[in-house]
Amino acid sequence: MPEPMLALSGVNTRIAQYHILQGVDFEVPRGGLTMLLGRNGAGKTTCLRTIMGLWRASSGRVLCDRAEIQDLKTPDIARLGVAYVPENMGIFAGLTVRENVLLAARAGDPEAKRLDWIFGLFPALKQFWHGLAGNLSGGQKQMLAVARAIVEPRKLLLVDEPTKGLAPAIVGSMIEAFRELKRTETTILVVEQNFHFARSLGDTVAVMDSGRIVHTGAMAALAADAALQQRLLGLSLDSHQ
Amino acid sequence: MSARADWIPVALVPALALVALPFIPSGATWLTLTVAGLAMGMMIFMMAAGLTLVFGLMDVLNFAHGIFISFGAYAAASVLTRMSARLQEASLASDLSAMAPAVLAAIGLAALLGLFFERVIIRPVYGEHLKQILVTMGGLIVFEQLILVVWGPDMIPLPRPGAISGSFIVGDAAIERYRVLAVVVGVVVFVAMWLLLNRTRIGLLVRAGVENPEMVESLGYRIRRLFVGVFVAGSGLAGLGGAMWAMYQEQVNAQIGMQVLVVIFIVVIIGGLGSVGGCFVGAMLVGLLANYTGYLAPKLALGSNILLMVLVLLWRPRGLYPVGRA
Amino acid sequence: MSRLLSGDLPRSRALAVLLALLLVGLAAAPFLFPGTRSLNVAAKIAVFVLLAASYDLLLGYAGIVSFAHTMFFGIGGYGVAIAMARLGSGWGALAAGCLAALALSLAVALAIGLLSLRVRAIFFSMITLAVASFFQILASQLSGVTGGEDGMNVRLPEPLGSKLVAYYLVFAAALALFLVLLRVVNSPFGRVLLAIRENEFRAEAVGYRLVNYRTAANCLAAAAATAAGILYAIWLRYTGPQATLSFDIMVDLLLMVVIGGMGTMYGAAVGATVFVVAQSYLRDGMKALSGALAGVPLLPELFHPDRWLLWLGVLFVLSVYFFPFGIVGQLRARAARAGA
Repeated sequence: MPEPMLALSGVNTRIAQYHILQGVDFEVPRGGLTMLLGRNGAGKTTCLRTIMGLWRASSGRVLCDRAEIQDLKTPDIARLGVAYVPENMGIFAGLTVRENVLLAARAGDPEAKRLDWIFGLFPALKQFWHGLAGNLSGGQKQMLAVARAIVEPRKLLLVDEPTKGLAPAIVGSMIEAFRELKRTETTILVVEQNFHFARSLGDTVAVMDSGRIVHTGAMAALAADAALQQRLLGLSLDSHQ
Repeated sequence: MSARADWIPVALVPALALVALPFIPSGATWLTLTVAGLAMGMMIFMMAAGLTLVFGLMDVLNFAHGIFISFGAYAAASVLTRMSARLQEASLASDLSAMAPAVLAAIGLAALLGLFFERVIIRPVYGEHLKQILVTMGGLIVFEQLILVVWGPDMIPLPRPGAISGSFIVGDAAIERYRVLAVVVGVVVFVAMWLLLNRTRIGLLVRAGVENPEMVESLGYRIRRLFVGVFVAGSGLAGLGGAMWAMYQEQVNAQIGMQVLVVIFIVVIIGGLGSVGGCFVGAMLVGLLANYTGYLAPKLALGSNILLMVLVLLWRPRGLYPVGRA
Repeated sequence: MSRLLSGDLPRSRALAVLLALLLVGLAAAPFLFPGTRSLNVAAKIAVFVLLAASYDLLLGYAGIVSFAHTMFFGIGGYGVAIAMARLGSGWGALAAGCLAALALSLAVALAIGLLSLRVRAIFFSMITLAVASFFQILASQLSGVTGGEDGMNVRLPEPLGSKLVAYYLVFAAALALFLVLLRVVNSPFGRVLLAIRENEFRAEAVGYRLVNYRTAANCLAAAAATAAGILYAIWLRYTGPQATLSFDIMVDLLLMVVIGGMGTMYGAAVGATVFVVAQSYLRDGMKALSGALAGVPLLPELFHPDRWLLWLGVLFVLSVYFFPFGIVGQLRARAARAGA
């Protein structure tokens, strides 16, 4: 079995006096899409931020493609090929859509083919290419955030709640976009609350509770086991969103 | 500079000039005052731009910003005094050949000071606003004293470059040549900054960093280096402003930094913390107002910019062009 | 004793000794240190201990960095001066002046509190700088009322003509008000202030209206500063923009409170004493040093007596970095280590 793209072992993160991550262990298999689920406050966002170096792990190891990254600074982690789409999207409202995407393309102007592919996934971005990013709708901002993360090929994509606050129709296009993304070689780790989204896209799943991983496994297995879902997430298959 | 469609604040500048027109008896006087106001505004802008950009980008308020202005002024004074012979030859070329090194010395010294400040004084207290205010205040005190140590407490007069003194006569108005030069330099600086911020990648990084530095880091940029660069550039620019101000006043004294500091703060507040465009508009308004009230109601002149600040804040509590933090 | 100090004990033998010495020194100054110069220094210490303590309330306890504090100092001085000039030199006029000054200070403090404390700390500090500057301009421009740049002499009621009486009035009032401030910071109100300073979000979440507490702190500090201004005017029999409103004094206050120790009250006392003594006597020492270094490039300039502020400034910066709790903090830490 190929090595996992991402491996966390014994990761603890403290913010002020709060001990948020309490020994997180899990792996993200190469090339697939892993869903990180859990109730509010379980520590999912903290997990992503720790991986990205925005918060320092107080102990433990984070391995990305065999490289230890827990002590690296955020820009250096990004340069290893990791892209991060935060919960609040991180859009630069004062810049145009074009400038937002340009900024994300570190190696220079993005390839035309790549841009066309992105426009195919998110047609709205082409329409508002020269408009201010701040004027986009919520769904369009989310698309821009994801587009930025993929304007150049990346090894690992960290996405925090891509469907938060989006209308069901937009969620649909997000699912389509992610399906497309899965066809590339990028490994994707998504934090989600929307179980429908999770179930449609996830290959593997990890569930967090109170700063620890309480379950890992194949998504298909979890999707088939209503009792397990109820226990871990307090919901059943039909009562999502 | 990110507010593209919001021209109202910019329109205030010509509006102010027009409002003053009926109150000033002679058109020639109005013209002189307006040019003087614009020139003053340009210099204030140069001195203030660095402060607002550093605050917007790094969330650092450097109360010691006045030091860069002072040291720039003194550096220019030292160089010019040494070159006073050249200034006597009333040719533009020899004047510029003396002023250029003076200005360069000012920018250079101020930039070096900026580097020192960022590294030694400010870096240890990033994110702690209370300590920052205290420490930069302390730096202001110490460095102001150092000026007295190096250059002495007396006021140093600056030799006026021969070809630049005097005035252009336009109709009935006498427009000082130096002021025109100041306006030209100011416009060049502003345009250069605008181009840098809006047409280059670095400018893009700065504008993005002002909004959300964390996200810029997540995109792979080492924003710390950017910070240092902007800080040093802002200091150098302040040094340039100081040098031009010194040449305008024809003297330097140890309080020069403190004297303008309050005005600069007012301009930065009016413009909106972090907005270069706002700073420019604010500086123009302050410069014009100071000159108009200086002529029309001298007693009011000193307090006029504070009144302006209050009015602006009542209209837009975060300044003319507030820069949002994500 | 503990009740008198509102339970806020020095917690360090060295500090207790220092404070006791200070108290005795000030109380018996006319007899221990005869001579106008030393009495001047003693009175100045008393006034500035009170002023610095009022600033500590703002800076050290409420965490507010205001550069307009000298404004209240000035209002106190000018209130008395103007009243005595307009209403004759009786006790009634003095009382009227004091009340007017306090009223004005409270009004301004309230205005500042409500308008500016809603904004970010940095914005607030910058605005206070502008306001202080405005006040200074006002004082020097309205020369009809305020005597302009030259200031005003203060005529006093008969008994205060004697320097001895005036001194003890100043000393007693300063001491009493200092103890009052000590009471305030050790009351539930003071504790809430500290909680707000530690963690704004939490305090707000628990239900405290930050603006109210901060405004109250602002008003209390302003009142104490005004009182200090009144006392200073009584002692100097003079008030003027240089003596009370200048930015130099604001800087001095900052130095006093930070070097002495923010948020301790005693720090203000220690800091003010150290500062005024240094201001008055250190220069002689520096003059000697500077003379000894004559001939060496730059060094004589560095130690020139007029440059004493340079060294105090360096001490100030070092304090902020390394001794955030100032002299008092250091003494207490040492005592704690020795005791524990």
